[in-house]
Amino acid sequence: MLVPLNWLKEYVNINDEIRNFTERLTMSGSNVEGVEELGKDIKKVIIGRIEKIEKHPDADKLLVVQVNIGKKRIQVVTGATNIKEKDIVPVALDGAVIHGGKKITSAVFRGIDSEGMLCSPEELGLDDHGLPEDMQNGILILPPDAPVGKDIKDYLNLEDTVIDFEITPNRPDCLSIVGMARETAAVYKLTLKTPSIILKEEAEENAKDLAHITIEARDLCKRYIARIIKDVRIEPSPLWMQRRLQECGVRPINNIVDITNYVMLELGQPLHAFDYDKLQGHSIIVRRGGDSEKIVTLDGVTRDLSSDMLVIADKNKPIAIAGVMGGEESEISPSTKRILLESANFAGPSIRRTSRKLGLRSEASTRFEKGLDPNICAMAADRACQLIEALGAGKVAKGYIDVYPEKVNPRKIVFRPDRINRALGTKIPESEMIDILERLEIKIQKTPETAFAIIPTFRADIAKEADLVEEIGRIYGYDRLPATLPQGDVTRGKLQTSQKLADTIKQVLTDLGYSEIYTYSFVSPGVFDRINTPNDSPLRSAIKLMNPLGEEQSVMRTTLIPNMLDVVGYNLNQKIEEIRLFETGSVYIPQKLPLMELPYENKKLAIGLSGKHTDFYELKKTIEILLARLRIKQYTFIQYQHFAFHPGRCARIMIDGDELGIVGEIHPDVLENYDLNAKVYIAQLDMDLLIKKASTDIKFSALPRFPASDRDLAIIVEEKVPAGDIIKVIKGAGGELVESVELFDIYKGDQIKKGFKSIAFSITYRAKDRTLTDEDVNEVHNRIKVTLVEEFNGILRE
Amino acid sequence: MREELILLKQRALQNLAQSQNLDDLNELRVKFLGKKGELTQILRGMAGLSPEERPTIGKLANEIKEDLEREFSQKTIELKQQLKSQKLEKEWIDVTIPSKIVLGHKHPLTLIMDEIKEIFVGLGYEVVEGPEIELDYYNFEALNTPKDHPARDIQDTFYITDEILLRTQTSPVQIRTMEKRKPPLKIIAPGRVYRSDAVDATHSPMFHQVEGLTIGEDITMSDLKGTLEIFAREMFGQDRKSRFRPHYFPFTEPSAEMDISCIACHGEGCRICKYTGWLEILGCGMVHPNVLENVGYDPERVNGFAFGLGIERIAMLKYDINDMRLFFENNLRFLEQF
Repeated sequence: MLVPLNWLKEYVNINDEIRNFTERLTMSGSNVEGVEELGKDIKKVIIGRIEKIEKHPDADKLLVVQVNIGKKRIQVVTGATNIKEKDIVPVALDGAVIHGGKKITSAVFRGIDSEGMLCSPEELGLDDHGLPEDMQNGILILPPDAPVGKDIKDYLNLEDTVIDFEITPNRPDCLSIVGMARETAAVYKLTLKTPSIILKEEAEENAKDLAHITIEARDLCKRYIARIIKDVRIEPSPLWMQRRLQECGVRPINNIVDITNYVMLELGQPLHAFDYDKLQGHSIIVRRGGDSEKIVTLDGVTRDLSSDMLVIADKNKPIAIAGVMGGEESEISPSTKRILLESANFAGPSIRRTSRKLGLRSEASTRFEKGLDPNICAMAADRACQLIEALGAGKVAKGYIDVYPEKVNPRKIVFRPDRINRALGTKIPESEMIDILERLEIKIQKTPETAFAIIPTFRADIAKEADLVEEIGRIYGYDRLPATLPQGDVTRGKLQTSQKLADTIKQVLTDLGYSEIYTYSFVSPGVFDRINTPNDSPLRSAIKLMNPLGEEQSVMRTTLIPNMLDVVGYNLNQKIEEIRLFETGSVYIPQKLPLMELPYENKKLAIGLSGKHTDFYELKKTIEILLARLRIKQYTFIQYQHFAFHPGRCARIMIDGDELGIVGEIHPDVLENYDLNAKVYIAQLDMDLLIKKASTDIKFSALPRFPASDRDLAIIVEEKVPAGDIIKVIKGAGGELVESVELFDIYKGDQIKKGFKSIAFSITYRAKDRTLTDEDVNEVHNRIKVTLVEEFNGILRE
Repeated sequence: MREELILLKQRALQNLAQSQNLDDLNELRVKFLGKKGELTQILRGMAGLSPEERPTIGKLANEIKEDLEREFSQKTIELKQQLKSQKLEKEWIDVTIPSKIVLGHKHPLTLIMDEIKEIFVGLGYEVVEGPEIELDYYNFEALNTPKDHPARDIQDTFYITDEILLRTQTSPVQIRTMEKRKPPLKIIAPGRVYRSDAVDATHSPMFHQVEGLTIGEDITMSDLKGTLEIFAREMFGQDRKSRFRPHYFPFTEPSAEMDISCIACHGEGCRICKYTGWLEILGCGMVHPNVLENVGYDPERVNGFAFGLGIERIAMLKYDINDMRLFFENNLRFLEQF
């Protein structure tokens, strides 16, 4: 809400320094978002009367003008086309500064002296939108009574401070100059000046005889007031009014429209003016729209109406979308002679829905949708008529038509000063509380048993005791509240075990050189093709957003792999070659589509690796270190086929029969889809399972008391026999005497037949209860050898 | 015989002086002092001496033996010392060769989140989580924000169905926790939130918040202020000033925003703080009685406060990051700075 300080001062006598003022209003709840000082740069621009206009002797397009500037006459050369003798105009004198900081000095144009410049509206920082067309492209012509010789800044109120207040949605009453003046008065303990409105009502007719108002949709319209004005003269509004509208960010249009906007800005009540003669049957019906009805709005767009929209209709058809925008047909035009002025109250939620549905937001709709006070309708209508009379824009008919089926009365809230102090943690005396409330126009009514706060109807936001607590707290000053800590029951601060384990996982990975990434939870539906996902894969059952920002961010991810590939690719493009990354984040798995209940949010861990000396085994080692740190022992890596991975370089990781995840080298086709020229290794693990399987129980087992005995063995087997299988057989055949098996060599080459490999292990044997003899060890070792030969069709090497 | 002994000593000492290593030294020891060594050989001649001479020669021989033994041990120590020095000299390395470090980095948002968790766990808060895909009821309705409430405008929401959405705030975790548990409660809930804002330097359709909730008997607005002042000082330094400014949220009443003195200008006024000297860091307030009623609590008996803060905003302020997009671009040159 833009508030010009000069306008505000008409309602409250505020004289504080601007910095203090903005600070105090901010601290009482009206946050200041900006301050703009207007007209400060404009200097030495004076009001002058054109005495004489002559053609420039040597230039067709220039005029030589004699201007009376009060004490003297000066000569100005101008290219203007819209001036005539006796016009009153702004003149920038020698040494003047105009809007934008441009300096004006005396000059000579084709041999003729010019001692200044006649100014256009733009050169004074004015919006020329509401001015006659000739002035829009020419010099600003001032009214005949403008005082010659005076500074234009004072006359046009050019120097002003406009404060931008952030008004929270609960305070529509503050979307007005009077509302902000009321806040200012409460904060500064000043009196709000409310003007008395006296109307002349010069027209003989009674409004009641001129029109008929019906409210059909009583749930959506609480009150409808209409006034009738005849002998209307449509012209530009006076400069002072245009200036104020502009300061508030509203474009001037014509006197009638400007008056309705002016009153809306001043009092917070939107008004609408209809061309009375365009209303069929001179009647207004407030009703719901028909599903097949259409209306052309002021902006020239045809809008489809529906039964959940509130419309203003005449006898035949809708003439406005209530509270949102008027219709083109009944719009005020230069030929309008009589008007019907609407000051009504429409239900907020309906206005909000309608304006959303139509994508139409206006100054009026943003006020109505927050809920306005029906009790200000009459005052606003009167104020507008007062201005119409003052500007000579028309004659107001006597009285008004007021349909107000159910009067809204002030609300009563129990006032308990001790409860208020208990909520704030303060000891504010009751008298101070009452003083604060009264400054906000909230009266206290006491009965012998209870005290009540009587809430004015323009404060619909105050409905409960908590709201009184806020009013008292904010005017008393949050900065005066003590800083304490909650007393009473003790609670223990803690992280859940799962959160601690998640921290551990991140710690292990960063220690191993992996950096953490954060990527968007929504992805493009195209990612499934990019990672070669088969058509029937459940991964493709991704949850779709109804209103995504774009196709690229339209489905909730079901895998972290595409995001990881994106980030690896991004970094490769940044000429970073050694890439180690990880991400922990959710994937979103629907039980059913379309979504009927909340999906399963499954936390995953993705690890990505790319670089010169990296390979599958580095990533595998990373995972095994992680598993070891989490004390997970019962896991296996199983050769696996997965569409996104290299068919021979991918493993599935199992823990006790549950799938932990997958690790491998990304399939060359997928790399191609992502335009990647380097090999990329990715793992995706189930974080939830990882955390579930992590062991936090630590049990000590006695240190070995008897010595161990080591034996090596090497066996030649077919190349594709997995080492993991051989180790499993060694352990199985060896039984409990085998303490550990270590693979120390794999050899393929000259001495080994093609398609075969020699694989060598060192086995450590130990018994818990005795020193093993050579015979003991030999027996087991031989058993292992025999079993291996049988199982794998292998040849032992000696 | 006396002369023989003296000569032996002289010869032994000469040899000793020339010996260069421990092997030579051992050989010499055996040669002169060993069981079959020269000294023993000479002393065999003792038998031929007169009884008068025997004691003096015996004494001399002992003295010479002791002297030589001492000299030999002395020389042994010297040689060993010398050897050690030579070995150490050979083992010289260039300690200025730089190490090759491969160290990963936690994401700045994780670091900030961890810091926040640590502060509040220290104040007795428990860390809880809730779903990102939420029911409209938990994200809005239960938080005193019915459909068509004007406050819904501030948060442009991604919808999945009419009733299911991407949460716009971590506040629904308040409701879920209160529904499940009885007061007293002190929880914080970190997590991802979503709003349909187009991406620019200060907006992102996905960002992170931490929600805080305290419920008990006689919790006051002053307690809220005290708690958050501790947080602001822990997070931004002990001399950081903070202020509480009235604001509006549908689910708290009274509501406030907290500002801290500007990190760049310390309150003087600059571009970053829009010349106000203050930076907004969080929203908070006393839990609205309607919210308490929605979860079956009696607002006459219990009350509490809630707060919510944006992790990205705090990270940007604390690390002097000027563009929100950096958090989700994941450039390693960015990540490695944390």
